[in-house]
Amino acid sequence: MPSQQKQYEYLEHTADIKFLAYGRTLEELFENAALAMFNVMIDTGKVSGETAKEVFLKSSDLESLLVDWLSELLYLFEVDEIVFRKFQVKEIRDEGSEYSITARASGEKFYPESHPFETEIKAVTYNQLEIEKTADGWKAQVVVDI
Amino acid sequence: MAESEDTNTEELSTENMQADVKSLVRKLSEDSWEIPIGHIPNMRVPGRLFVSENLLEDLDPGTIDQVANVATLPGIQKYSMAMPDAHLGYGFAIGGVAAFDEEEGIISPGGVGFDINCGVRLVRTNLQKEDVLLHMKRLIDELFNNVPAGVGSKSRFKASDRELDEAFLHGAKWAVESGHGVEADVEHCEANGYMEGADPAKVSTKARNRGKPQLGTLGSGNHFLEVQYVDEIYDREIASVFGLEEGQVMVMIHCGSRGAGHQVCTDYLKELSQAVKSYGIDVPDKQLACAPAQSKEAQNYFKAMICAANYAWANRQMITHWTRESFEKVFGRDADDLGMDLLYDVAHNVAKLEKHKVDGKMKDVYVHRKGATRAFPRGHPEVPTVYRDVGQPVLIPGSMGTPSFILCGAKEAMDISFGSACHGAGRVMSRAQAKKEFRGQSIKENLEAQGIIVRATHPSVIAEEAPGVYKSSSDVVNVVHELGIAFKVAKVLPLGVTKG
Repeated sequence: MPSQQKQYEYLEHTADIKFLAYGRTLEELFENAALAMFNVMIDTGKVSGETAKEVFLKSSDLESLLVDWLSELLYLFEVDEIVFRKFQVKEIRDEGSEYSITARASGEKFYPESHPFETEIKAVTYNQLEIEKTADGWKAQVVVDI
Repeated sequence: MAESEDTNTEELSTENMQADVKSLVRKLSEDSWEIPIGHIPNMRVPGRLFVSENLLEDLDPGTIDQVANVATLPGIQKYSMAMPDAHLGYGFAIGGVAAFDEEEGIISPGGVGFDINCGVRLVRTNLQKEDVLLHMKRLIDELFNNVPAGVGSKSRFKASDRELDEAFLHGAKWAVESGHGVEADVEHCEANGYMEGADPAKVSTKARNRGKPQLGTLGSGNHFLEVQYVDEIYDREIASVFGLEEGQVMVMIHCGSRGAGHQVCTDYLKELSQAVKSYGIDVPDKQLACAPAQSKEAQNYFKAMICAANYAWANRQMITHWTRESFEKVFGRDADDLGMDLLYDVAHNVAKLEKHKVDGKMKDVYVHRKGATRAFPRGHPEVPTVYRDVGQPVLIPGSMGTPSFILCGAKEAMDISFGSACHGAGRVMSRAQAKKEFRGQSIKENLEAQGIIVRATHPSVIAEEAPGVYKSSSDVVNVVHELGIAFKVAKVLPLGVTKG
């Protein structure tokens, strides 16, 4: 990333995991939130990006879109058995009554023996969920259930 | 977005972080505190914390806000409760209990959580501690190999679509009929192994896809399978009805509905977050998304939730079967001969339609228990016949390396807590902090020095669940005992544990 801006940071939470993700654009914000989420589970720096999945989703508002996007990635991880490391959000569109996301997530086939998982994320919550426009872009707060 | 309903609660919560927890509540008795109406706007009833003064001091002010948030929901009865092991959750606090009027109230997936019917079962043996000590390493290895655990682990059982439907519909009863146990198992299980009213058509394809390969897996995180022994008996009479004696070896299984349940919750949170808008329900936390109890949206969730709850009972039943096989292999005797009967199985994340007395009248209410155990007293028709003269067994797992407790549901539970007790020890330290403070390997060595064998797929799982990150389970059960919600029957200590 060319910018000095932080991609994400983890905050203290007694029982679950809370993080802030940042982005100069909404697209980058969603990419960094996905990265923050997967890095809770595994060091994505050690994962290759040979397999890719296309994602297209629609939700009623931006916050739900973020939850749906992260939930979809968890679903693809569990069912298609892919550990993701790279997220390219091509477009987030305000379609009036709803928002849509078009994205591509890449990673590699998951093997329990060769992928040392730190923590399993059960789900993405709406708890304390916030997306905020900041001076230099966007900021989102997410709590995931582990 | 920035203008969302969450903002106010958020500010309040940050403000409260500075405040002394005790200044937010009013003492009712030694172990009972009230969160007055007005703690946050729009509370319909007060909050009630069942905690000792010590446990109260450990409580995160955010937890108090979460209990208060629940008190704003339509149709809530008497008060919004927190059990002594309560800690910060999302939506409901963990350890949160609330009952809602069947007609005027709501049903909320946030009152059950993602791990629908996460629960505990306890299997007896007729072995004594001395009989197993020499075999513990082999036994734990055998259990670790026979019961799939950890992220991405798949079941040994390849469920077909029809079998998945059967698990959704008939839970542990189906699992027994498909060769994973004996008839008596379902008689010794909450709800006889399955809740009526499941409708697999209300479960999404995604939830099915996640659930199918995982039916018969332990999972990860705080889930475990533990070999224990009875260390101390507090009530001899009840202990003999429960078939417990000092030194006796037991097996505790703690797990839930895996990805199937997580997906059901995710799906319906999305649906109900729309429903709150169409029904004009004002929720202080989006995770409290809900719908009027009799609405189509709420009933669809409830039917899907029952499927996931039944799946969890099937899951624990299958794991029980493989646990018996592991013991058979190590001890060269069959499970019957080893006295491996199911003592009981309790759900601790579930919503149920139950009859309770409110303002002197019996009425039907949707009781939501999120990290709380049912604790029905003697004489209650839902207590298995063998235990009906004493009350239902209430199983309280400890954290890794700490005692677990067996209690017996008692009368006060029906009067003060909608038939509910605590469910565990209650977390006090974040997982991130735990990983900073503890190393999995050294905890493992420390536990082994105490004679407790640990097998986990990854050392960080051991660090995250280190004994030091939980409240003392003895403090928690003492509160429940003192309040007369459930009486202490026995304390059990770990000998070996397998984890995801």
